[in-house]
Amino acid sequence: MIDTTKYVGPKWGGVINRFMADEYSLSDIDATRYVGTKLGGVINKLLDDTPSKDLGIKMVTPFTLVLVALIGLAAVVAAYRLIFGIGAASNLNDLWPWGLWIGFDVLGGVAMAAGAFLIAGAVYILNWKKYKCIARASILNAFFGYLLAAISITLDVGRSFVIWHPLVMWQVNSIMFIVALHLVLYLTTLGTESSPMVFEKLGWQRALNFVSRIMIGAVMFGVALSLLHQSSLGANYLIVPAKLSPIWYSHLIPYHFLVSAIMLGLAIVSFETLLTGKVFNHKPPRDVVEGLARGVMIVGSVYLVMKVWHLATGPGVGAVLDGSFLGNLYLIEMTVGVILPLFLLSFRSVRTNLDRIFVVDILVILGVLMNRMDVGVFGVSEFASRSGGDYFPSMMETTLTMGMIAFAILGFKLCAKYLPLFPESHH
Amino acid sequence: MAISRRGFLKGVAGGGGLLLVSGIPLADARMSTQLPPHAVGILYDATLCIGCKSCMVNCKEQNSVPGGALYKKGMTAPPYENGGVPGNNGIWDAPQELSGKTLNIVKVYKNGTAEKKDTAVNGYSYFKQQCLHCVSPACVSVCPAGAFRKDPENGSVYYLAERCIGCRYCQLACPFGVPRYEWDSAWPEVRKCQLCRHRYAEGKYAACAEFCPTGATIFGKVVDLRNEARYRLSLKPGTEYDFPIQTVDSTEKSRRPVARYADGVYGLTEAGGTQNIMLSGVSFELLGFRKNIPHFDLPSLTWAYVRKVLWVFAGVFTGGTAIYTFTHRKDKEESHD
Ligand code: SF4
Ligand code: SF4
Ligand code: SF4
Repeated sequence: MIDTTKYVGPKWGGVINRFMADEYSLSDIDATRYVGTKLGGVINKLLDDTPSKDLGIKMVTPFTLVLVALIGLAAVVAAYRLIFGIGAASNLNDLWPWGLWIGFDVLGGVAMAAGAFLIAGAVYILNWKKYKCIARASILNAFFGYLLAAISITLDVGRSFVIWHPLVMWQVNSIMFIVALHLVLYLTTLGTESSPMVFEKLGWQRALNFVSRIMIGAVMFGVALSLLHQSSLGANYLIVPAKLSPIWYSHLIPYHFLVSAIMLGLAIVSFETLLTGKVFNHKPPRDVVEGLARGVMIVGSVYLVMKVWHLATGPGVGAVLDGSFLGNLYLIEMTVGVILPLFLLSFRSVRTNLDRIFVVDILVILGVLMNRMDVGVFGVSEFASRSGGDYFPSMMETTLTMGMIAFAILGFKLCAKYLPLFPESHH
Repeated sequence: MAISRRGFLKGVAGGGGLLLVSGIPLADARMSTQLPPHAVGILYDATLCIGCKSCMVNCKEQNSVPGGALYKKGMTAPPYENGGVPGNNGIWDAPQELSGKTLNIVKVYKNGTAEKKDTAVNGYSYFKQQCLHCVSPACVSVCPAGAFRKDPENGSVYYLAERCIGCRYCQLACPFGVPRYEWDSAWPEVRKCQLCRHRYAEGKYAACAEFCPTGATIFGKVVDLRNEARYRLSLKPGTEYDFPIQTVDSTEKSRRPVARYADGVYGLTEAGGTQNIMLSGVSFELLGFRKNIPHFDLPSLTWAYVRKVLWVFAGVFTGGTAIYTFTHRKDKEESHD
């Protein structure tokens, strides 16, 4: 550890040193001194991290500091974008109206959230109790995925301050309208589904009772919304048969999106369960992870069949084997995200080894995210470049996307520290 | 559970019923595939075009007044694209492409020695790009805020900036790549030809047609334009014909020999039919109008998905309740969080 007293004097150096050593905790602050007893009491309770002490989550680590720096940069970019316009901040153009923010943040962010409705549905509707221990974490994870998508789309539209228009100016022919409505409704649903964590911490029994009464309804609502939302992101592209490359365009693209999102959702939940097991003092439940791996295998097989069927009945296998840029992208996406994971999972030794499952999860995540980028960004390249367009994300676009990812990670970490995210680890 | 199963089921059934009832208006929401009763449009005949760009100049001028497709509050001059050259009072205009400042553009195709007009090999041809005013417009169907509209009477496709959120889905959806964005603005609008609809009340019509000296661009009722186009196609190349000027029913004509047309009428079936139609001596594919544009109304592709939405809700709630009742029959007393 660097001794900062050498550079900034003993007084400030001392404070910084203690901060870097993570000797401060937010729970040391007595909020009642600043905002009054009532609100202060609530804040104090929220910031009390003793229940999760056993997870051993450190806030001041080099990694967290990098996250904070990225978020700071992204905030600057967001401000620049709002003041100077979308053209000034991005490399988007008339022939390439959608880019990284739609391809990665929105399509990818939402797909990454698919785990929540599956786990919630399994626990609350199917009554599969063993998954209950990861329900909160996966719902929270989805909450951040959707938040990422929502913030990015707000910055992506040219008139951010009126982004609420679709909610009052209904236009049911538009998939984008349906997407917008779902985004808002589902964020609310996820908030509701996550709220017991907060109420539990605050000890607000009445609110807790209320939420548990509407929980089943909320979960069903969430399942319906998710089925529609995941598929409608694909349905966005139904109207562009002449623009999106036939390698990806299909009348079934809503279902391709839905099924791949389910595969990704399961992989993400498994990934995150294993990861929190690695970085926090928290043991991943083995049977849960193995169950998720089986899920990935089943859904992945369905997806593979759908994609092969699409190739065979649509553009033909030759279209992806001709060595073209798009053909190669397709091959990489399918190999990394589907074929390799399925191959690995076909071995018992992989399915029962948590570290190997972790690797498979990462492959699936990368593969499906690539698919979203392929559809959202590269898939229209042939159309756009034939018409004289070109696109590569600008520095600002990239910075904002990285900041959004950092925001999701940090947010999740904070929630793990201050909220009862893993209920089973406390008793 | 805190509420009785019976109460819960009732709630679900009621909610499902409500959804289905509220879904009934959806039946009328589907986009029409029929030409509106008084549909108007433009016939552009490339074989008559001399590339003078009078249509472009006047399009800009006539649309930079209140109500026009290029107008912005406080505007005094049309948005010229002078490539950053301030000389000539900034009115030198040389757009290369359709853009947020240019709604219609005349370009040239040339091949080899470019000697003969309206010939694909060793020839040249002018062509005009602008919004084609689709009968069933993709841009209208995709706009989440209803900022793009199709006039139910004359069928012109127009834009209401105050509704637009700037998602640019219209740009992605238009099969002809027409709508353009004001990328350089902090509060941008989408721009495209609106068929000079602001001029109809004064008894005027599309500026490009009014100011075209040759009759290459004429305005009129779509049915008349289609008949005129078909008639031209039926004439033997080389025969003299009186081409109407400015409007399809004009008494002013220009007599000249009919050229050899390459394809049929562009816009009869493309994207389900368009109100602006075209004729050309060089195939439209060579002029950059892509071949893979579907010959049906694009919004029907989306509609096939949208009409299932309410059923998903109904299905999940009925199926979910059934499954829930079944899976929870044993542990009634257990609480949920
Ligand atoms: S050509 Fe494009 S912009 Fe014009 S009406 Fe058709 S879809 Fe809309
Ligand atoms: S950019 Fe504006 S006009 Fe175009 S689809 Fe979006 S909201 Fe509608
Ligand atoms: S369409 Fe008419 S006005 Fe336009 S360039 Fe051709 S001849 Fe000139």
